[in-house]
Amino acid sequence: MSETAYVRTEMIGQKPPPAGQSGPVLWMRKNLFSGWFSTVLTLAGVFAVLAIIYWALPWFLHGVWNAKSLGECRQIVAATWGENASGACWAVIRERWNQFLFGFYPSDQYWRPTLTFCLMIAAVLPVLFFDNRKVSQWVIGTMALVGALVFYGLSTPAEIAIQIIAIFYVIFVLAAVAPRRLLWVTALFPAAGFWLLWGGSLWTPVSVLVGLGLVIFTLSAVSARSGLLWAGVVAFALFVCLFLNPFRLAESLTSMLAYLVTFGQWRISPSFSIWIGGTDITGWLPLHGFLSSVLQSLAPLSLPHVDSDRFGGFLLAEVIGVTAIVVALPLGIILALGRKSDMPLVKMLCVGFIEFVRGVPLITMLFTASLLLQYFLPPQTQFDLILRVIILVTLFSAAYIAEVVRGGLAALPRGQYEAADALGLDYWQAQRFIIMPQALKISIPGIVSSFIGLFKDTTLVAFVGLMDPLKGVTQIVRADINWKGIYWEPYIFVGAIFFIFCFGMSRYSMYLERRLKRDHR
Amino acid sequence: MSEAISRQIDRSQMTVSDEVAIQINEMNKWYGNFHVLRDINLTVNKGERIVIAGPSGSGKSTLIRCINRLEEHQAGTIVVDGTERTSDLKNIDKVRSEVGMVFQHFNLFPHLTILENCTLAPIWVRKTPRREAEETAMHYLTKVKIPEQAHKYPGQLSGGQQQRVAIARSLCMRPRIMLFDEPTSALDPEMIKEVLDTMIELAEEGMTMICVTHEMGFAQAVANRVIFMDQGQIVEQNTPHEFFNNPQSDRTKLFLSQILGH
Repeated sequence: MSETAYVRTEMIGQKPPPAGQSGPVLWMRKNLFSGWFSTVLTLAGVFAVLAIIYWALPWFLHGVWNAKSLGECRQIVAATWGENASGACWAVIRERWNQFLFGFYPSDQYWRPTLTFCLMIAAVLPVLFFDNRKVSQWVIGTMALVGALVFYGLSTPAEIAIQIIAIFYVIFVLAAVAPRRLLWVTALFPAAGFWLLWGGSLWTPVSVLVGLGLVIFTLSAVSARSGLLWAGVVAFALFVCLFLNPFRLAESLTSMLAYLVTFGQWRISPSFSIWIGGTDITGWLPLHGFLSSVLQSLAPLSLPHVDSDRFGGFLLAEVIGVTAIVVALPLGIILALGRKSDMPLVKMLCVGFIEFVRGVPLITMLFTASLLLQYFLPPQTQFDLILRVIILVTLFSAAYIAEVVRGGLAALPRGQYEAADALGLDYWQAQRFIIMPQALKISIPGIVSSFIGLFKDTTLVAFVGLMDPLKGVTQIVRADINWKGIYWEPYIFVGAIFFIFCFGMSRYSMYLERRLKRDHR
Repeated sequence: MSEAISRQIDRSQMTVSDEVAIQINEMNKWYGNFHVLRDINLTVNKGERIVIAGPSGSGKSTLIRCINRLEEHQAGTIVVDGTERTSDLKNIDKVRSEVGMVFQHFNLFPHLTILENCTLAPIWVRKTPRREAEETAMHYLTKVKIPEQAHKYPGQLSGGQQQRVAIARSLCMRPRIMLFDEPTSALDPEMIKEVLDTMIELAEEGMTMICVTHEMGFAQAVANRVIFMDQGQIVEQNTPHEFFNNPQSDRTKLFLSQILGH
C-alpha cells in the first residue's frame, strides 16, 4: 500500500460532537473559573453583589407608603422594624407623583397629557414596527384597557372619559382592520398633541393642518406637471406669502428705513419687532388667523389654555425629548448629506454648523435660548421658552446625528454608489433606495445612543428655570417642610423612570438591528 | 484558459452593423497629475463584441467607466448612441440608463431581494409599472438561470449567482450596450464558467458588448475585436485570431507570453 496515492471510496457523514463539550458545569469552568485570576474576580464580584443586597434590600423592604411626612415615615419604620432599622419613605412618591409626572399642570386637566402620551404611542408604533403590524395592534389594545383604568384613576370627568375610550376604540379597530391607516394617526398627532397639551381653540391646529395640506398638495401637483424647479419657485412664493406676509414685511422695512433716515441710527422698529415676534409662531399665517377665527365663531371648540410655565416633570422631558428626537433625525440626515455634498457652499454651511454646535456645550445653548435670544429679539416678543429650548436641543442633537450618519455613509462601499449611478438613478433616488437604508442601518446604534443622550440631557433645562423631573421637581418637593431631608427616594423614582425609557430605546435598537439584518454573513 | 468555453457558439445573430454605437475621439483623462488615458480613439459599431486586455493599471477599467461617465474625462469627446458625454446632468442619467454595466464585485444592493434589485431602476428611472417590471425581471432571471432565487437576498447567493443577477439587473433596463468590468475576476474558478456562459448567450443575441477581462478563451470565442492597452493607451487592436496568433508589438507579445505561457 503506497503512502502517496490515496482514493476515498466513501464520504463521511455528519457526526455529533463528543460528549462533555456543553452543559452548565463546563460553561462555568470556561467563563467563571478559567484561572486563578478570573476565580478571584468571580468571587469578588459575587461578594460585591451580595453586600449591596445585604445593605440595600432591608431599606427597600422596610419602605413606608402611607405617611404624611418624612418624620412620620421614620417613626413608622422605628415602630415596625426597631430603632436602628432603616427604611425607604416611598410615601413622598405616593403624595407627589403627580408633580414628578406633570409639574404644575392643572390637576383637573391631567387627562390631557395622559391622552397625549397614549396617542403618541399609537402614533409612533406604526413607524417603529413598520413590518410587524401585529405589535401595534397588541400594544394599542393593551393601552386601551390600561388607559381606561388610568383615566378612572385620574378622576377624569365621565363625559371626557367616554370620549377618550371611544378614541382608543377607534384606533384599536383601525390597527386591527387597516394597520397601514394608523399612519394617519402619526400624521395628525403633532397637531393633536399640541392642542391637547397647550389647549386653546381646536381650529388653530386644524387650520394649520389645512394650510400645510394645501401647500403639500400644490407642491406635488406643480412638481408632477412642471418639474422640481417650478415646485421650488412655487414653494418659495408660498413661503413668502404665508409666512412672511409681504405687506407686513414691506411696512416693517419702510418703518425701519424711516428710523434709519430720521434718527440716523440702525435699530429695530416696533412694527418690525411685532412682525418678527408675533404673539405665536402660527400667527404669521394671514390665512390661518382668518380661517381659525371664522371656524371658532361657527363652532366654538376649545380646551382651557395651559401656560408653558406650568409644564414640568416627565411631561416636560417627554415634550422636549420626543419633539427633538423626531425632528433631529431628518435634520441630521440632511446635514450629513450636505457635509458630503459636492456643492462648496452647502458643504461649508453644513460643516460650519456641525462643528460649531459640537464645539459648544448644551448648557451654553440653553442659556442662549433663555437669555440671549431675548436680548436680540424685540421686547414685545413672547417666543415660548419651551419652544426655544426644543429648537436649540434639536439643533444640538442634529449635529451629533449628522456625524453618526456620516459614519454610516462612510462605511458603505463605493460600489453601491456606482451601481446606483450606473442604473441611471438620480441623486435623491439613490439616497432614498440604496444609500440611506444601508447607512442608517449601520448607524442605528450610534443614532439611538444620541437619542438616549438627548433624552437624558432634557434634565439640563433645569438650568434655565424649567421644571425638569430630576432637579426642578425634586427641589420643589424637598423644599416642602414635610419632606425636607428626603434624598434617595425621589432620585431613585426619577432614575427608574428614565431607565425604563432609555432601556426601552436600547432594546428597540437591538430589535431593529436584528430585524434589518439582511447580509447573512 | 479556453477550457471554460466548451460549447458550440451560435453565430447567426452576431452581426456587426454599420451603425456607430460609441465614438471616442482624442480622449484624455488625468487623475491629478497622473495621465491615465492618453489620446484614446475608438469606434464601436452596433453589435460589436470587444474585449479589452492589458496589464493591471493600464487604464482598461477607467476607459469603460468613462463611457458610462462614472469617471469624467478632461479632453476629447465620447459620443454614445448619438449623445455626447458632458457634465449636463440630465444627459448623464439618460445615457447611463441606456448602457448596462457589470462590475467586478457585482455591487448588488444587499438590503434588497434579488427581484427588488432587478426592478428598482425600471420602476423609478423608466417609470415601468411594478407588475410589468417584475415580469421583465423574472424573464431575465430565468434567462440567467436563477428564477428560483428571486426572493432571496444577495448575501445568500454564491459569487457566480450574484454576478448573473448583476447581469440580469442591467438587462432589465433594456440597455443597448453592455459594459463588463472584469466580471469574472472576483470569482472562484468553478463559477467563472456560468458567468461566461451567460455573457456568451448575450453575445449570441447580438448585444453590443465591451468587456474588460483576462479570459482569453472568451475573447477568442466571442470577440470580433481585441484591444490591448498599456500605460493608458491603445497599443494594438486586431481580430482575436490575428491578435493571439500574430501579435505585432513587443508589449503585446510579452503580455501574451505571460498570461498564456503556462
